[in-house]
Amino acid sequence: MSTTSLTDRLGSLLMAPVHLLMRIIDIPLRAVQKATGIGGMATVFLAPNMLIFGIFVLLPLVINFVYSMTGGTAFFLSERNFVGAEQYQRLFTCTNYLDPMSCQEDAFWAAVGNTFWFVILQVALMICVSLITALILNRDLAARSFWRAVFFFPVLLSPVVVGLIWKWILQRQGLLNFGLYQFGIEPYTWLTDRNWTFIATIGVSIWAHMGLYTLILLAGLQAIPKDLYEAAEMDGTKPARVFRRITLPLLAPNLLVVVVLALIKAVQIFDEVYVLTGGGPGTSTLYLTQYIYETGFASALRNPGLAAAASILMGLVLVVLTLIQLGIGQRGEKKGKR
Amino acid sequence: MGVASRFILRRRGGKSWHWTDIVTWVWLIGGLIIMFGPAVWLTFSSFKTPAALAEFPPSILPYITSQATVQGYDKPLQLFDAKMPDGSTRVLAEVRRIGLVAQMVDPKAPGEIVRVNIGDRTPVRSVSFATENYTTPFTQFDFLRYLWNSVFVTVTATLITLIVNSMAAFALSKYEFKGRSLAMLIILATLMVPLSVIMVPLYSIISSLGLFNSLWGVILPTVATPTGVFILRQYMLTIPDELIDAARMDKASEWQIYWRIVLPLTAPALAVLAIFSVVWRWNDFLWPLIVLSRRELYTLQVGLSIYSGELNVQWHFILAMTVVTMIPVVLVFIFLQRFITTGIAGTGLK
Repeated sequence: MSTTSLTDRLGSLLMAPVHLLMRIIDIPLRAVQKATGIGGMATVFLAPNMLIFGIFVLLPLVINFVYSMTGGTAFFLSERNFVGAEQYQRLFTCTNYLDPMSCQEDAFWAAVGNTFWFVILQVALMICVSLITALILNRDLAARSFWRAVFFFPVLLSPVVVGLIWKWILQRQGLLNFGLYQFGIEPYTWLTDRNWTFIATIGVSIWAHMGLYTLILLAGLQAIPKDLYEAAEMDGTKPARVFRRITLPLLAPNLLVVVVLALIKAVQIFDEVYVLTGGGPGTSTLYLTQYIYETGFASALRNPGLAAAASILMGLVLVVLTLIQLGIGQRGEKKGKR
Repeated sequence: MGVASRFILRRRGGKSWHWTDIVTWVWLIGGLIIMFGPAVWLTFSSFKTPAALAEFPPSILPYITSQATVQGYDKPLQLFDAKMPDGSTRVLAEVRRIGLVAQMVDPKAPGEIVRVNIGDRTPVRSVSFATENYTTPFTQFDFLRYLWNSVFVTVTATLITLIVNSMAAFALSKYEFKGRSLAMLIILATLMVPLSVIMVPLYSIISSLGLFNSLWGVILPTVATPTGVFILRQYMLTIPDELIDAARMDKASEWQIYWRIVLPLTAPALAVLAIFSVVWRWNDFLWPLIVLSRRELYTLQVGLSIYSGELNVQWHFILAMTVVTMIPVVLVFIFLQRFITTGIAGTGLK
């Protein structure tokens, strides 16, 4: 009893300055309310959020198009000269359109190719792994929330930490080589091999993100009415058939949302790969976001206009994916209403 | 064992083992090892000395080789378990090594030199935690500064996010006004504008506002999260309008209604958003990397990546600082993961 009253008193003591501040804010806002009426207050409440949105999201979005049509290395728009579609032309100039390495911006096309294969392989594998995990977690398990948490743990880790953890495991004296050594396999420097680094980035990003998709799929599985399964069991339906005829169709809307969500995230892959491989060796794990970052900021020959043009192309892909997602969401809603 | 295993391995209807049960448990145990193993391995490694880190095959626990100062010798000598010709083993200190033979002395009776074949001796090792891996980066490098920067960015951004987002959510859920659906549409549309698409122009805006190389340049672009507005609005829609109307009857101002009625009732949703925001801001990497170029301004994530990218990586420090960076997230995981998992399962957002 006495401890709760103590914490209560401590809490109110801590909150006192906040309450005072809120009272002070109330004085000018009352005046505003008198002038605009209750309806006008909505604008006041909305203003800070929309202002920050406007300055840091909408404005850059618009300026980006202007940027992509200017040249030079300066960052301020006033110091940049208008070049029209030159940056886009530069991205699309190739001597042989079937060979990306013959393009003027071969790094861009390497990044596009890497990102394409990364997205396809990572999303496909991750959704399979997540679905299997969700199906297993949906069984009648003891301590299910514990197991659910196990697969969710890496999702919370920062990408930099994820990158470092795996860099440490994949290096020459690392845990992977140690494990293989037990089977008589000689240590190998995985992160200097073009093919293995690519595979490593896929594996690491699956490890880091699958928990999120497992969670969403599990929620979808749990929403499937239990009596459907009971009825199927009574009819003696085979498990494989139950999965094909009940689970998969009823999970389909969820599965589609998860696939599109995973695609959107995979296209933007950067942080963990940047720490794990730095895009190398060579350009074997150079992905689009890193190309934009390096073209815009990091390289000695930086070219913000070119980076802006590349980011707009990437944005177009994301818009298409998001529209697909919205379309699925709307169809799902209509179904729900019916 | 009996009761515990029966509880853990219980199955519906007490049927006998089916192959799917085996697959389930292999998958779960494998998942447990794969999901936690790497982080646990990293934590163990972070307590090793540089010499122990360079070892292959590596040991799991951090060992150091024991040394002893022996009378008559200036430097501490390394201790070995030496097998004697008569089959017994003695702890001896190595004086020097000549070819395949080591000259050793008994630390207790240093007078007599014993010659031992180097194949017959193994170093004496003991478990020891190299805590200097943790203290040195804080005292001699800037990591204390990075830690403070990270905490500052996380706390400030989260507080501003909560206030700004809840105000917007209040306006969007409890008022009828022209342009409400337009505002809602803009907010939802920004869900699909990731940083990688706007980083070049955003950088120029930050620079023209004088926020380049400032922690505020990291904080401000992140605070108006569409996800936050969305979560809070959905929650506020469930607050009955009658409460607000009653307060208006009592001459409460709109700000008072927001502060004294709506915010306390939204506490559960605010808590979820606060947890999300802390994890997001703590983990942010690309944007701080662009905005912060002075070393003393780095956040932990940026500092870690810069130090780990250097030519001769001091892994023992990097590992220790990685563990420090992991701590807040692990705490959130242990104590608050239930909120997050139900929050994600409910909204499908992260």
